Amino acid sequence: MGLTTIFDIAGSGMNAQSLRLNTTASNIANADTASSSADKTYRGRHPVFAASFPQMLGHPENANTLDNPPESLGVEVKGIVESDAPLQPRYEPENPLADDQGYVYYPNVNVVEEMTNMISASRSYQVNVEVANAAKQMVQKILTLGQ
Amino acid sequence: MAISFHNSVGIFESALKLRAARAEILAGNLANADTPGYQARDFNFSEALKNQMGPQDSGDALKLTQTNHQDGVNSFGENGMHVEFRTPTQPSLDGNTVEEQVEHAEFMQNSLEYQTSFTLLNGRFRNLMAAIKGE
Repeated sequence: MGLTTIFDIAGSGMNAQSLRLNTTASNIANADTASSSADKTYRGRHPVFAASFPQMLGHPENANTLDNPPESLGVEVKGIVESDAPLQPRYEPENPLADDQGYVYYPNVNVVEEMTNMISASRSYQVNVEVANAAKQMVQKILTLGQ
Repeated sequence: MAISFHNSVGIFESALKLRAARAEILAGNLANADTPGYQARDFNFSEALKNQMGPQDSGDALKLTQTNHQDGVNSFGENGMHVEFRTPTQPSLDGNTVEEQVEHAEFMQNSLEYQTSFTLLNGRFRNLMAAIKGE
């Protein structure tokens, strides 16, 4: 409890959103990375978010010490999953990567989707920065009590 | 006549504490704006403040005469807060009920009200200082 927990919460939010921005950048950069077999083709990556107790952020060993869960929750990244969407095989016999039948495989990245993801992630990041700034002002203010 | 610290500081200390607690909860909502299935939470500020200022024993509150009685409306958490889930105005596909514009507005309003409570509390301390110094 206390204003300093807000920094943990906003920090966890920034962490999660920057990771989301990272995967988005990776997906867009590799949107046209062709390969000659379906197994080796790049697949879109997406982070999985979950709510978590602020005391546990970065301290998973504290999980057993929580008798009554707090009201406020931070966010953690459970992991990164690869998309199951079908790849795009294209008939390009002149491509040096083409297989015996003349097909190359393109990633299952939807660039439009990734762009909206990017906008959403950067906006959410900004919100978390604003929250941390507001908390900082509140803490600074309380330090001037009685002056 | 002794100066009662509690009486002179009054309601503002409790208000300030609750404002800080509410800022924390709203920050959690904003951080989880993209978490699937997360439900936005908040508490009724005036109700919590009333609870924290001590029970007004009007005689009509529920009394517990047995330990296994449910405490009904008296079940308030720490600081008299009764945290509840927010009802969203629009449903979302992933079950997340955080509406960023709502939470953002609430957070900003809360931090302004925090500053208001602070200013009033500080005024009380100034008054006490003036009384002590006799200037």
